[in-house]
Amino acid sequence: MAKRAKLSKTNLNERLFDIFNYTLMILVIVITLYPFLNVLALSLNESTDTVRGGIYIWPREFTLDNYAVILQYDTLITGFTNSVLRTVIGTVLGVFVCSMIAYTLSRKDFQARKFVSTVIVLTMFFSGGLIPTYMLIRDLGLINSFAVYILPGLVSAWNIIIIRSFMDGLPFALQESAKIDGANDFTIYWKIILPICKPVLATIALFIAVSQWNAWFDTYIYNSTNPALTTLQYELMKILQNTTTSTSGGIDSVRGQGLELMKRVSPESVRMAITIVTVVPILLVYPFLQRYFVKGMTLGAVK
Amino acid sequence: MEVSPEKAHTAVPVKKKKSFWKTALDQKLLYLMSIPFVIWVFVFNYLPVWGWTMAFQNFRPGRAFTEQEWVGLTHFINLFQDDYFYLVLRNTVAMSVMLLVAGFTIPIIFAVLLNEVRHSLFKRSVQTISYLPHFVSWVVVAGIVTKMLSTDGGIVNDILMALNIVDSPVQFMSKEKWFWWIVTFSDVWKEMGWNSIIFLAAMAGIDPQLYEAAKVDGAGRWRRIWHITLPGIRPTMMVILILSIGGMISIGFERQLLLGNSLVKEYSDVLELYALNYGIGLGRYSYGTAIGIFNSIVSIVLLLLANGIFKRFTKTSVM
Repeated sequence: MAKRAKLSKTNLNERLFDIFNYTLMILVIVITLYPFLNVLALSLNESTDTVRGGIYIWPREFTLDNYAVILQYDTLITGFTNSVLRTVIGTVLGVFVCSMIAYTLSRKDFQARKFVSTVIVLTMFFSGGLIPTYMLIRDLGLINSFAVYILPGLVSAWNIIIIRSFMDGLPFALQESAKIDGANDFTIYWKIILPICKPVLATIALFIAVSQWNAWFDTYIYNSTNPALTTLQYELMKILQNTTTSTSGGIDSVRGQGLELMKRVSPESVRMAITIVTVVPILLVYPFLQRYFVKGMTLGAVK
Repeated sequence: MEVSPEKAHTAVPVKKKKSFWKTALDQKLLYLMSIPFVIWVFVFNYLPVWGWTMAFQNFRPGRAFTEQEWVGLTHFINLFQDDYFYLVLRNTVAMSVMLLVAGFTIPIIFAVLLNEVRHSLFKRSVQTISYLPHFVSWVVVAGIVTKMLSTDGGIVNDILMALNIVDSPVQFMSKEKWFWWIVTFSDVWKEMGWNSIIFLAAMAGIDPQLYEAAKVDGAGRWRRIWHITLPGIRPTMMVILILSIGGMISIGFERQLLLGNSLVKEYSDVLELYALNYGIGLGRYSYGTAIGIFNSIVSIVLLLLANGIFKRFTKTSVM
C-alpha cells in the first residue's frame, strides 16, 4: 500500500516535470520563431496599414510592394550581386585550400607536417588586432578591392583542423594502392580523398558560406567609400543604423520610375523586406545540411 | 597503422642526411600544396603582430620604419590616464562577465532539459529551430531586436502594456541601464541552441544503463540529472568554460556597434570599439594599437590563469 502511494507520487512528479519541460520547449520555439514571422508579416503588409499596429504573424493587407521597392535601389542590387559573388568564390576557394592543407597534414610521412601544423594552429591563439591588420591590408593595396573579401580569411586553422580530423579517420590503404598505381600526391588528394570527405566538406562549405554571406565589417572598414563593392549586409546595416538616429531611411539611389512606388511604402516596411531577403537564402540551405554540421561541430570540438 | 615506405627508410641512421633530401624531392607536391599557404598565413596572421611596434612610436603612415619617431610607453601612459578608458574597461568587463555567465549556463540548462524530452520528433524539431538564429548575421539580429523592443508595435512593449506592467511603452534602446542586458539577451537568443550542440553530443555518449540502474533505485528526474547527466558532461563543461574565459575580454564589438547608439554610448563602448574609433576613425593609429595590445594581453593572461587553475584542480587542460 505504502509502496503504491510512493509510486504514484513519483509518477505525479514525473508528469509535472514533463508538463513544465514541454511548455518551456514550446516557449523556446515561440521566442525563436516569432521575430522572424513578425518581420515576414510586416514585410508583406501594406505600409500605411502597418502604422496602425497590430500586425503579428500574419499580414492584414497583403502586398508585394515592399519587395518591388527593393528592386529600385541600385546599391541593393549591387550589394546582392557582391554578396552572392563573395559567398560563391569564398566558399569554393576556402574549401579547396583548407582541404588541401588538411590533406598534407593528415599524411603522417610528410616531413614538414609538424612545422606547417604549428604555424597554422598558432594563429588560433593570437591576433594582430584591428589597427595593425587594417594597416597591413592598406599596405598590401587591398583597400577598395573585391579581393579583401576573399584573401585574408582564406586559410582558416579551425576549418583545417576539422577536415584533418575527418581525414585522420580514413584507412591509409586507400592511398597506398593508388600510390602503387603511380598516382602522385595531388591526384590522390583530388581523386581519392576529396570524394570520400564529402560530409565534412559540406559542413565546412556551410560554415564558410554563412560567414561570407553574413559579413559586413570588412565592407564597412575597407570598402565603404566604393559603392560598386558594397554588400547586402552592409547596406542593411546602414539602413538599420539610420533608424536609431533619424526617421528617414538612408536610401539615396532611387531610379526615376521608382519614386512613385517609394511614396506608397514606408522605410520601415522596406527595412523588413530587406531583412527577409538577407535571411531567406540561409533558411533555405541550413535544414538540409544540419546532419552534417552537427557532426562537424562535435568533431572539431573534441580535438 | 601501416608504416609508409618513406618513414621506414628515414629510420636507417646511416643514410639519414641523403634520404632527407631524397624524401623531400619525393614529397615535392606535398610541399607545393602546403608551403605557399604557410607564407599566406605568415602575411595575413603573423605580420600584423609586427604592427604592434606602432604602439611604441608616433606612427605616421608613409614613413619608413626606421624614420618613425619612437616614444616608448607614452601611449600606454596616456591610455591609463584617460578617464574614458576606465569607462570603456568597465563596460568591457561587465558585458564579458554577463556574456560568460549567461552564454555558459543557459545552453547547459537548455541541453539538459532538451535531453529529457522523450518524444524524438519534437526533440529534433526544437533542436533544429534553436540553431536557426546562429546562422543569421548580427546585422539582422540587431534589426530584429530593435524591432521587437520598439515603442511602436514591438511585441515586448505590447505584452508589457497588455499585462499592465507599464503604463507607457519603454524606450529600451535608448536607456543606458538596459544596454548590457539587451546585448546579453540578444546573444543568448542567437547562440543558445548552437552552443548546446556540444553538450547534447556529450550527453548522447552517457551509458543508458546508468539511467536504468538509477531508475530501479528510485531516483527521480532531478536526481538523475544531478547525479548522472551533469557529471557525464563535466569534462566538456570544463573545456568550454576554459575556452570561454580565454575569449572573455575579446568579446568583440559587433554587438555593441550594431545595437548601440549615441544615447547609450557610455554603456556600449568597449575596448575594441574604442580602438576602432580612435585608431581608424581619428587616425590615431599608435594609440589605437596600444588599446589593442592591452586587450590582447589581458585576454592571454586570463586564458593562462583559467587553464592553470583548472589544471591544478581537475587535471584537465586544453592547451
